[in-house]
Amino acid sequence: MAKKGSRELPEMNTSSLPDLIFTILFFFMIVTTMREVTLKVKFTVPQGTQLEKLEKKSSVSFIYVGPPTDQLIGQMGSRTRIQLNDRYAETTELIDFVAQERTTMEDPASQVMSLKVDTKTKMGIVTDIKEQLRKAWALKINYSATKKAQ
Amino acid sequence: MARKKKKVPGLNASSTADISFILLIFFLVTTSMDTDTGLTRRLPQPPEPNQEDASMDVKERNVLNVKMNADGNIMIKSEIETRFFNLNIPNEKADGLRYLNRTVKEFVQNKDNNSRLPQLYPREVELIGMCNITEKHVVSVQTDRGTPYQVYFDVQDVIVGAYNELRDEAAKKYFSKPYDKLSEAEKVAIRTIYPQKISEAEPKTYGDQN
Repeated sequence: MAKKGSRELPEMNTSSLPDLIFTILFFFMIVTTMREVTLKVKFTVPQGTQLEKLEKKSSVSFIYVGPPTDQLIGQMGSRTRIQLNDRYAETTELIDFVAQERTTMEDPASQVMSLKVDTKTKMGIVTDIKEQLRKAWALKINYSATKKAQ
Repeated sequence: MARKKKKVPGLNASSTADISFILLIFFLVTTSMDTDTGLTRRLPQPPEPNQEDASMDVKERNVLNVKMNADGNIMIKSEIETRFFNLNIPNEKADGLRYLNRTVKEFVQNKDNNSRLPQLYPREVELIGMCNITEKHVVSVQTDRGTPYQVYFDVQDVIVGAYNELRDEAAKKYFSKPYDKLSEAEKVAIRTIYPQKISEAEPKTYGDQN
């Protein structure tokens, strides 16, 4: 019994800890995507039942539609706005936006425009956007939505 | 020059864990894992610049009109009947959408060869054989500029849902599998039986060059 007190506790070997963390890091790097833009409009997308997943993230461009966020509502007013990349835009700029997005894609033929539109938006602005997208030959669109709880 | 054998000191790697932790946290913060879902639709091709008004000669029996106004009222009109619903009232909304689903399914199928529902054309479908198909039916969706997006989306969702249910039924009937388990060729066959024809009326200001 007297021997026990003098025994030293062996130190834990932590040399594999960095490898472990790196593995987690790589896992996250693969399964996640960079948050592309800072949102300047706020929106709640509608809920639906017939939804499909957007498969190829690299060929998706986003169009955000809604009123400005609470911080910006003071200077921008509460009119419904369209956001492309990091700034507000008008419908006429959509054709250029589509063309520009196309140049950065590996496979421009599978280009999908994802419309993240606030539920309270009036259809007029959505129709205008669709009309511009047609002119720009970006015919595949996706009305972004979340799954409705049954 | 006889060197004394020096022992190389081991590199202290205890901080690698901290460095990789910082990297990990950075990635956790800047990335998002949400998978994007949504209702996929295909827009029609833009009209040719010198194209005449493409108002095809569509028989009235082949058209199901779905119109929505700015107050969230919806009108569903086929040759058989016309119904109105106010989508702002939750109960009426549920009824209206259920009615729309049923109507679209009856309309696209025309099971009993009703002369007031779309005309059936006998067609030879690969893998299935002879089928009667309502080839020329059109579900025409019209909105007002003031219609809330929510209403439009709900209606689109229900119409696409009706088509998907029909396709699922057909897939089970002919191939005894649900639609999304079918092979590509089988899917094409099912899509030939129930082609999705949703037309969205062009906005009234169309043609103005400004």
